[in-house]
Amino acid sequence: MNTIWALAGVVIKEMYRRKDFYVLFVLTALITIAAGMVNFFDDPKIVRYVKDICMLLIWISALLIAIVTTARQIPAERESRTIFPLLAKPVTRGQFILGKFFGCWLATGIALLVFYVFFAIITGSREQYWPWLTYLQAIWLQWAMLAVVIALSLCGSIISAAPSSTTTICFIAVAGILLFGGHLNMVALHQSQPLQTIFYTIYFLIPHLEWFDIRDRVIYDWGLVNWLDCVLATLYAAAYTGLFLLLTWLGFRRKSLNT
Amino acid sequence: MSIILKTEKLRVEFTSGELRQTTKVALGSLDLEVNVGEVFGFLGPNGAGKTTAINVLLGFVPPTRGAAYLFGIDVRQPIARQRIGYLPEMTYYYKFLTAEELLRFYARIFGLPRAEADKRIDQLLKLVELEQARKRSIKSYSKGMQQRVGLAQALINNPDLLILDEPTSGLDPLGRMKVREIIQRLKNEGKTVFFSSHELGEVETVCDRVAIINQGELKATGRVSDLVAQHQANLEKAFLDIIGYQTQSAS
Repeated sequence: MNTIWALAGVVIKEMYRRKDFYVLFVLTALITIAAGMVNFFDDPKIVRYVKDICMLLIWISALLIAIVTTARQIPAERESRTIFPLLAKPVTRGQFILGKFFGCWLATGIALLVFYVFFAIITGSREQYWPWLTYLQAIWLQWAMLAVVIALSLCGSIISAAPSSTTTICFIAVAGILLFGGHLNMVALHQSQPLQTIFYTIYFLIPHLEWFDIRDRVIYDWGLVNWLDCVLATLYAAAYTGLFLLLTWLGFRRKSLNT
Repeated sequence: MSIILKTEKLRVEFTSGELRQTTKVALGSLDLEVNVGEVFGFLGPNGAGKTTAINVLLGFVPPTRGAAYLFGIDVRQPIARQRIGYLPEMTYYYKFLTAEELLRFYARIFGLPRAEADKRIDQLLKLVELEQARKRSIKSYSKGMQQRVGLAQALINNPDLLILDEPTSGLDPLGRMKVREIIQRLKNEGKTVFFSSHELGEVETVCDRVAIINQGELKATGRVSDLVAQHQANLEKAFLDIIGYQTQSAS
């Protein structure tokens, strides 16, 4: 485990020493503050509007941080050749993959925490109300969902060596799942064969990332999600994360690395 | 004398092309033995197979046939790399880390206790003359400094065997001299050094024995003095004779 945490530590250091996170955080903060200052249509419930914008920005920023950070990990190691002195040490390829995964996941978790603290301060200062448990569930479920996204991006970075193409493909896939994944079964109902089978197969194969989205509960204060559902969602995310990490390891373990 | 590094009929083939129809033999059937405590030069022209052989020894490339051993352990097992240090040709280490952080990271990988790691980091930064720059991020380092931090990382675990792939490539004369001095120092400490190089003068100065390969085949192996005496010339001339350069130019 020491090797895995050492590898993860380097990824976390990389995140806080690069500008990506700060740029996204400042943008989110500026847009949210600007939106909070504008009082459209004299609506007294403007705070919901601010919450909606802030949550959307947090989701987009967290996805960007997770995918961009992960997609560049292995290609950057190969390009700068740091992978060679690293794997020349008693580090297995499995440890390398796990170290990168945990590093990206923890780094994204830290970023997510900063975003949510900002969100709580902004909305709490307007409403004088802090539903901490709802925030805790929201951040946990989003972080669990990001574990799947990070494992998927890591898997993509083994297939495609260019971080830009991995980032684009993963972002499209994740956005597609979040926006349309939950409706694929309804689409399948209105199709003829073989399209119906294809749509159903995709529906049952893809990780349903939209299940982790409880933004509306936070925005409209609908109360807590059943804790058992949270546990099941966590197990669901763990299963898909494990699957993608296994595929990454299978693809990477026999890969020739020529210096 | 005990053998620290050994290859047995090592063959490496690379396939390429869309249907993987083209096969290139990078190493034919390489038999090598390196003894404990010697500085061993691994020579050959570009494309001879030196780096491929090193890649197999480090587990980066699986052999097509044959086997390679470090300390008697098959190189496919990660534990074979516990007591080695490796310096690749030219590497750009994590730019966002300082030299001290980089060495601490590698020390953690070897599971060195904190106090021992601190001591080792101080010793190594002194050895490679980077004490003044230890807190500076690596992105501000010159090429020579980067290579020296690379040498420090290769020594973090106090290895018994050091594998260096063209350690002086791209360095200025001063940088080369410093690397050579460090190799000499390691030799005096009884470490085994296996290194590939194009700098034959350098090889002649520091190596006990050399192996010369060309087109994936071992052409000669032995003491530098023996090869020089056998060919009645300096190492450069002997090297050219062995790889058949003169024969080609004469024909």
